[in-house]
Amino acid sequence: MINKKVNNVTEALKGVKSNMTFMLGGFGLSGIPENAIAELVKLNVRNVTCISNNAGVDDFGLGLLLQNKQIKKMISSYVGENDEFERQMLSGELEVELTPQGTLAEKCRAAQAGFPAFYTPAGFGTEVAEGKETREFDGKMYVLEPAFKADFAFVKAWKGDEAGNLIFKGTARNFNANMCGAAKITVAEVEELVPAGELDPNQIHIPGIFIQRIFQGNNYEKRIEQRTVRQRN
Amino acid sequence: MLDKNGIAKRIAKEVKDGYYVNLGIGIPTLVANFVRDDIEVEFQSENGVLGMGPFPFEGEEDADVINAGKQTITTLPGASFFDSATSFAMIRGKHVHLTILGAMEVAQNGDIANWKIPGKMVKGMGGAMDLVASADNIIVAMMHTNKKGESKLLKECSLPLTGVGCVTKIVTNLAVLEIKDNAFHLIERAPGVTVEEIKNATEGELIVNGDIPEMIL
Repeated sequence: MINKKVNNVTEALKGVKSNMTFMLGGFGLSGIPENAIAELVKLNVRNVTCISNNAGVDDFGLGLLLQNKQIKKMISSYVGENDEFERQMLSGELEVELTPQGTLAEKCRAAQAGFPAFYTPAGFGTEVAEGKETREFDGKMYVLEPAFKADFAFVKAWKGDEAGNLIFKGTARNFNANMCGAAKITVAEVEELVPAGELDPNQIHIPGIFIQRIFQGNNYEKRIEQRTVRQRN
Repeated sequence: MLDKNGIAKRIAKEVKDGYYVNLGIGIPTLVANFVRDDIEVEFQSENGVLGMGPFPFEGEEDADVINAGKQTITTLPGASFFDSATSFAMIRGKHVHLTILGAMEVAQNGDIANWKIPGKMVKGMGGAMDLVASADNIIVAMMHTNKKGESKLLKECSLPLTGVGCVTKIVTNLAVLEIKDNAFHLIERAPGVTVEEIKNATEGELIVNGDIPEMIL
């Protein structure tokens, strides 16, 4: 067993510097790497580029880095629900590259899988395709989209073992699974870290080969953005 | 004239047995409430779930089980969870049979705009560009006119596009329309709405062939 376990978030983020590009898993606030984000705030790295489907809310998730003005550029598909984000974007302090969600996921997966680029129909004929190579296949037009390049990927899983194998829960899998192995170093934080051999190999979602460092996270808030319920009859 | 629930109810009739369906945020979400009980349908949410169920009972919300609107949800028997790339493989690969989404503007050539108002609203396209570029069967659910009373069915979209030439069917508070040959074709009228009212509310070219039936809800 190749051991990927590190003792804490400080060890896990060793080598993180200003001006780097980070991938961060999560959809909305579901499945975000809460511990890594808190450490990035603490390390106060500046001028970073963040690849993340959303930008958190004002006081949680990537919103914490935005408040601290640590982010130079965001690459996301949807950035509503965050007033500070909107203010920084409209004032020109923050650069924003809006990317269709499926393209965003595939740019991660392509980096993970060793594809330099891929063709997608998403965004053809819109401002997203401006300046990009296009090509026709079987009578339909496609846009060439390059794979992402990133220094660190920060992902969060439900369970993991010392070998770096990961199991996700519910819709918290989202971009987390696609970002594993898509950056130079992938750091996984988990709610429950177990010794190798305790997870059933049949149930592993992401094999440990894609992970460089894994640590037991703590104090997960797991905030709910839109609490919707129905009444019991 | 229909309200939002009425639009959803009419669209629900387009949902057929065995369909996998992606519902957008807003009126499309309401469609799930009106699908017939005697057919089998699975709802997909692009953040990574198939077989979406109703909202959870109070106290049973799970931060790890949400829909694309970030709302807490439940799953039904047969449901599955998956990553974002797999989710869009279902969409891009045409495995999802029907996509229902909202729009700010639709043009008579099938162009759709629903993600950005320059200088005013820039929230992002989310999965909308992937959905409209990939799906063969797209229904737009929207009000026929905007809050200022201006038509949302146009000759050309004025807002930045989400996709080109992709919309084939629209259900509004006034009518059901199909897009073909660079025009809106009137198929049904909403209860109590006249053809004249629909003409007045449609800026793009409207084709009216023969008697137009009133929709049955």
